[in-house]
Amino acid sequence: MIHIKNLHKSYKMGNSSLHVLKGINLTIEAGELVAIMGSSGSGKSTLLNILGMLDVADEGDYILDKVPIKNLNETKAAKYRNKFLGFVFQSFNLINYKSALENVSLPLYYQGIARKERQAAALDYLERVGLKDWATHLPSELSGGQKQRVAIARAMASQPKVLLADEPTGALDSQTSYEVMELIQKINEEGNTILVVTHEPDIAQMCKRIVQLKDGIIIEDKKIKQVLVSSYV
Amino acid sequence: MFNRDRWREIFETISKNKLRTFLSGFTVALGIFIFILLFGLGNGLKNTFQEFFLDDASNAIFLYPGQTSMPYKGFKAKRRIEFDNSDLADIKENFPFFLEYLTPRISRGALTSYKNQSNTYTTRAVGPSHQFVEKTILMQGRYINRLDIDAKTKNATIGRLVAKDLFKNENPIGKYINIGNSAFKVVGVFQDDGGDNEERYIYIPFTTRQLLEKSNDKIDQIIVTFRKELGHAGALAFEKSLKKFLKVKKAISPQDPNGIYVQNLTDDLKQSQRFAGVLQLIVSFVGLGTLIAGIIGISNIMVFVVKERTKELGIRKALGATPRSVIHMVLQESVFITTISGYFGLFLGVLVLENIGLKLEEYFIKNPFIDIGTAFSATVVLILFGAIAGYIPAKLASSIKPIVALRDE
Repeated sequence: MIHIKNLHKSYKMGNSSLHVLKGINLTIEAGELVAIMGSSGSGKSTLLNILGMLDVADEGDYILDKVPIKNLNETKAAKYRNKFLGFVFQSFNLINYKSALENVSLPLYYQGIARKERQAAALDYLERVGLKDWATHLPSELSGGQKQRVAIARAMASQPKVLLADEPTGALDSQTSYEVMELIQKINEEGNTILVVTHEPDIAQMCKRIVQLKDGIIIEDKKIKQVLVSSYV
Repeated sequence: MFNRDRWREIFETISKNKLRTFLSGFTVALGIFIFILLFGLGNGLKNTFQEFFLDDASNAIFLYPGQTSMPYKGFKAKRRIEFDNSDLADIKENFPFFLEYLTPRISRGALTSYKNQSNTYTTRAVGPSHQFVEKTILMQGRYINRLDIDAKTKNATIGRLVAKDLFKNENPIGKYINIGNSAFKVVGVFQDDGGDNEERYIYIPFTTRQLLEKSNDKIDQIIVTFRKELGHAGALAFEKSLKKFLKVKKAISPQDPNGIYVQNLTDDLKQSQRFAGVLQLIVSFVGLGTLIAGIIGISNIMVFVVKERTKELGIRKALGATPRSVIHMVLQESVFITTISGYFGLFLGVLVLENIGLKLEEYFIKNPFIDIGTAFSATVVLILFGAIAGYIPAKLASSIKPIVALRDE
């Protein structure tokens, strides 16, 4: 699903430049649930941003579902994002004046799907994250866990190839974190490819594979025995 | 171009962000409202000015006889020049091409009475054309006419304030007043835009005045108006040849500056028009200033609005919004709001002008109206600049990488 070869990225900081990614090679197959771990400054968020086409690599190849991702202009990147990727952020990033239903249907709006259809689809996804009854509520009326579940429903609504989650549990207490991870595991079981950036080991253990980053290179890449949240609690 | 889904999205955004909508709408409405008000009031001031200074016919030339200062053709200096009826006939005969109206004027002060009311008024003995030269407006009855001149009748047309002083509430038409020691029948009452003094005159036939003064044919002054088509240059040429003609007739040296005086209102008119032009310039400047202030206001609001929405736009971009669609959304929304509120401000401004307009005459503001073309273009300009002011930050916001917009605080 994802092939990365010799990926480099540096940021200019005044006169000096900061080499963040120093040659990353990574292959992720369809249906995997991968945790990208590392301390802050290890380059894990930069990697995720490049994978999410929110940022561009200086060097190296990135192939997503057999499509080489390079020389993207903003418009093309937006279209690819809409078609291939779903995002879940640490701070949820819901649009605060839109109801849960409208938030979920937004990516479908940008796909040009008719209003009735996209609302039906959005309601379906809300039901799958267990928030059908909250469809008309504004984000401010939802708890943190509920917000993240709405965000996951929104990310899944466009039926992406890959779901990218940047510290999805970073702003949640552990009980709620596990609920969110349970949902992510469920979505993964349905066959979706998911990447989770996290620095919490227990969250990483709930994935199927852990990629450990340090100072811009992968120091460890291993498959693990997944801890299922349903059995954990 | 019309996209129902996009409009729905915009209406949702507008109705759920009431403060933002109100702020930008209010700025535009206020800008247009103040512009219309100031521009209208400025126009009112201009109207008052025109009424004050452009009262008399602007194409009038006044001729006064004077005293010669040079000997000429056997006449000594210091000879007093007089006009008489033959001058009227000669001017009429020699300048048919230039002439519009021609009237003599003989002014005399006289004690005037009706029953036991009396006062001293200036009586002007004139011809029928005088009405047009002075722009006299008749309220009642008629002006001195040709028959009065020919028959040397003792008829008089009196000013509004004369009628008010002497007759109180009585109808003056057909009543007899004493002017000097002669009884005159009032045949008309007039008003004049030139102010109160103009309404304290009494007009009688100039032939009657001449009859009363021992049947002479002398005239104090001659007033002519020229055809307006002549323009400024033509008027000056007419004035010059008129003066030359009279100097020849009265045997005055061509070099003598004092034999005949000519006052040509076309010069005054030009000055007045220049002043009116300056006034117009000030009015336009005030209008332009207001408009610029409005543009700056709406620009500030637009920058603020886009700044406030940076994160939202970042989210939209992460979900697949193209830069183009982001710009479109921001612009369409702002143009929609500014258009609605712009025309609301326009309507309100015109409404206020209509309502207070007529009550401001004592403050020298008359008919403070704005022509709808100016008002419309001002509104369009403000909307246009609102759009431009919105476009730049929207363009910037659309090119910000979503990752930057979404960066956690």
